[in-house]
Amino acid sequence: MQLDEFFVTGEPLIYAGMVSIALVSAAILFILTYFKKWGWLWREWLTTVDHKKIGVMYILSALAMLFRGGADALMMRTQLAFPNMNFLNAQHYDEIFTTHGTVMIIFMAMPFLIGLMNVVVPLQIGARDVAFPYLNALSFWSFLFGAMLFNISFVIGGSPDAGWTSYTPLAGAAMSPGPGQNFYLMGLQLSGIGTLATGINFMVTILKMRAPGMKMFQMPIFTWSTLITSFIIVFAFPILTVALALMTLDRVFGAQFFTLTGEGMPMMWANLFWMWGHPEVYIVILPAFGIFSEVIATFARKQLFGYKAMVWAIILIAGLSFLVWVHHFFTMGAGAFVNSVFSISTMLIAVPTGVKIFNWLGTLYKSRINNTVAMMWSLAFIPSFVIGGVTGVMLGMASADYQFHNSYFLVAHFHYVLIAGTVFACFSGLVFWYPKMFGHKLNERLGKWSFWFFVIGFHVCFFPQYFAGLDGMPRRVFTIIPEWMPLNIISSVGAFGMGIGFAIFVFTVVYSYRYSEREKTGDSWDDGRTLEWATPTPVPFYNFATVPHINSMDAYVKLKEEGKTTFDEDKLEPIHMPSNTGQPFIMMAFLFVASFGVVFEWMWMAIAGLIAGVVMMVIRSFDYDEGFHVEIDEIKRTERSTRGL
Amino acid sequence: MAEHNKRIPMQHVVGFVLSIALTLLATWAALGSNLSTTWIISGIMILAVIQAGIQLFMFMHVVEFKSQNGHVPWNMMFHGAVLAAIIVAGSLFVMSFGFTHDHDGDDHQQHEQQEDDGQEQHDEGEHEGH
Ligand code: HEM
Ligand SMILES: [Cu+2]
Repeated sequence: MQLDEFFVTGEPLIYAGMVSIALVSAAILFILTYFKKWGWLWREWLTTVDHKKIGVMYILSALAMLFRGGADALMMRTQLAFPNMNFLNAQHYDEIFTTHGTVMIIFMAMPFLIGLMNVVVPLQIGARDVAFPYLNALSFWSFLFGAMLFNISFVIGGSPDAGWTSYTPLAGAAMSPGPGQNFYLMGLQLSGIGTLATGINFMVTILKMRAPGMKMFQMPIFTWSTLITSFIIVFAFPILTVALALMTLDRVFGAQFFTLTGEGMPMMWANLFWMWGHPEVYIVILPAFGIFSEVIATFARKQLFGYKAMVWAIILIAGLSFLVWVHHFFTMGAGAFVNSVFSISTMLIAVPTGVKIFNWLGTLYKSRINNTVAMMWSLAFIPSFVIGGVTGVMLGMASADYQFHNSYFLVAHFHYVLIAGTVFACFSGLVFWYPKMFGHKLNERLGKWSFWFFVIGFHVCFFPQYFAGLDGMPRRVFTIIPEWMPLNIISSVGAFGMGIGFAIFVFTVVYSYRYSEREKTGDSWDDGRTLEWATPTPVPFYNFATVPHINSMDAYVKLKEEGKTTFDEDKLEPIHMPSNTGQPFIMMAFLFVASFGVVFEWMWMAIAGLIAGVVMMVIRSFDYDEGFHVEIDEIKRTERSTRGL
Repeated sequence: MAEHNKRIPMQHVVGFVLSIALTLLATWAALGSNLSTTWIISGIMILAVIQAGIQLFMFMHVVEFKSQNGHVPWNMMFHGAVLAAIIVAGSLFVMSFGFTHDHDGDDHQQHEQQEDDGQEQHDEGEHEGH
C-alpha cells in the first residue's frame, strides 16, 4: 500500500482536517510537556478507577464527539442550503452522514449518558464505587479507543459511506471495497466491549451495592432507569457483536453471510441490526427519562408523581423494545401479516410512554417551579418529545410507512426524539450535576442564552423537515429540487442556531470555571432529594465516610427533615478501596492496534495486537492486588475540611 | 478479597481451554471436514449444547449457590432463553417471505411459490422475492 492510499488525498476539507488534527495534537503534547503534566495525566486520569473521574472523562469525550458530529451536521446543512455551490460532492456527503449518525448515537449519546450514570448512580445508592472498578476503567478505554479508531477514518483510509445502519449488500466487500466499512465494523466492535461491560457493571452495582435498607422501590428514578438500561444493554449488545463479527467475516475473510452470492442473505443484516438497533434507541432514551424525572422533581420541589407507575412504565417499555424491530423495515416486503404484528407492538410502546408524560405533568401540577437552566431543558423536553412520539406512532402504521419511510419525515421524527429526548437530557443532567462534579455551577444567565439558541434552533431546523418529507424529499441525498429549497434553507438557519447555542455552552463552561462562586455545601440547589446531594462537595474519593441506613424514598429529603447527615464520626471504620491501574488502558491500546490491523487487513498486525491483548488479560487473571485501606484519621481530616466541621 | 483466592483457578482454565477446543472443532467441522451437511449441522448443534453447559457450570456459578447465600439464577436464565427464542423464532417469522436463492427461476415460478405460502401477495406487486 502506497502512502497516498493510506492517507485520504484530494479533498481540501480533509486536508484542513489533517492540519487541524496535527496542530491540536502538537499543542496538547507541548502543553503537557511544558507544564510537566505527563505524570499527572497518568496518575490522576489514565490509571484511575474512580467512577467519578471515569464519568467526567466519558462526558468530556462525549462533548468532543458532539462537536465532531455537529460539525458534520453543519456541513450537510450548508450543502443542502446551497446545493449548487458544490461544497460537498455525493461521495463526501455520504461519508459525512454516515460518520454523523454513527458518532452521534454510538460515541456521543451513549457515552454521555454512561458518563452521567458513572458520576451519579453510585452516589445515589450510597455506594463507594461501582461493583467492578477495574472493569469500569476498561469500559471507558474500550469506548475511547473504539471512538478514536472510527474517527481517524476520514484522514486515514477513507470513511465508511453506507449509512450508520450499514446495510448489506451495499456495505459488503463487493460494493464497498477498501478499509472504510471496516472502520465502522471494528470501531463499533471495540467500543461495544465496553458498553456490554458497563451494562453488567451497573446491573451488579445497583442490585448488590445499595445502602443498607434501601429497597428496590426506594431507589431514585435515575438509578431505576440505569438498571433497566443495563438489562437492555446486556440483552441487546450481543446481537450487535455477532452481527458485526459476521459482517467482518464476510468482508475480511470472504464468508457469505450477507452477500448476494454464495447463498448469502443481505436482508438478514437489516433484521439483526434492528434487533439490536431498536433496543439501542431505548438505551439512549430511558436514562434520559430518568434524568428528566430527577430534575423535574427537584425543581418542582415535589415528590415525583406516580413513582411506581414510572418504574413499571420503564420496565414495560424495555420489554416491548425487543418486540418492535421490524418497524424499521416494513417496506422490505415481509408481508401484511408480519407488518401488522409489528405495527401493533410498536403502537403499544406509546402507551407506557404516554403514562410517563402525564406523570411529569402531574409532578409539575400546582408546584412552585424553580426555573433554573436545568429545569428549562427538562420543561422544553416535554412538548418537543410529544411531537416526536406522535410522529413515531404515525411511522408505526405500516401502510402509512410505505409513504414516510426513508423520507425527511423520518429524519425529523428521530431527531425530535433523539435531540429533544437524549440531548436535552444530557444538557439538563450536566447542568444539574455540574456542581457535584466540578465544585461550581455553570453561569445561569449564559446558560439561558445557550438554551434558547439551541431549542429555538432545534425546532426551526427540524419542524420544516416533516413537511419536506411529506413533499417527497428522501433522506440521504446531497442535492435537492427547487420545490424543497425554502424548507431546506429554513432548516439550515435553525441548524446554525443550534451551533451557536452549543458554542455559547462551551463558552459558559470556560466562563464559569473562572468566575463562578465555589460551592460551599453539598446540596447545591438547596432542594436536592437524593443521596448524591448528601455528600460534601468536592466529593471525597471514597464518597461516603459512613453509609446511612435508608428507609424511605427521597432519602436526603428525609435526612434533612430529621436534621441529620450521612456522616457519623462514631461509626468510622477503615474504608477498603481499589488501587489505580494502568492495565485497562494498555490492554485496550493493544486491542486498538489489533483492530487497526483488521481494518487494513494487515493480519500480522491484527494477530500481534490480539496476542498482546490476551497477554494483558492473563496478567489480569493472576493479579491479586487487593486494594488499600483508608485510615480513620485520614477520613476524619477529609470530612472535617470538606464539611467545614 | 480473602487469602484463599490466591491460587490458579483451575476450573476456569479448564473451562476456557475446553470452550476454545470446542470452537475449533466446530470450525473444522464446517470448513475442513468431509461430513455431509446434515451431520455438520447436527454436530455443531451438539457442540453448542456442550458449550452452553461449560459456560453455565464452569463460569456462571450455577453450581455455587450452596456456598453463597444466593440461589440458582433461574430468573436470568429464563430471560436469556426468552431472548434467544425471540431472536430465532422472530427471525424465522420475519425472514421467511419467499426469499429465494434460485436465481434462474423465472417470475412465474416465484409467484407460484409465494402463493403456495398461502399469503395474499397480489397488492404487493412485483418487488417481492428478489
Ligand atoms: C412513541 C415511541 C416511538 C415510536 C412509535 C417510534 C416509531 C418509529 C418507526 C416506525 C420508525 C421507522 C420509520 C421508517 O424507517 O420509516 C422509527 C425510526 C427511528 N426512531 Fe423511532 N419511535 C419511537 C420513539 C423513538 C425514540 C424514543 C427514539 C430514540 C431516542 C427513536 C429513534 C428512532 C431512530 C434513530 C429512527 C431511525 C433509524 C434509521 O433509519 O436510521 N424513536 N421510529
Ligand atoms: Cu425502532
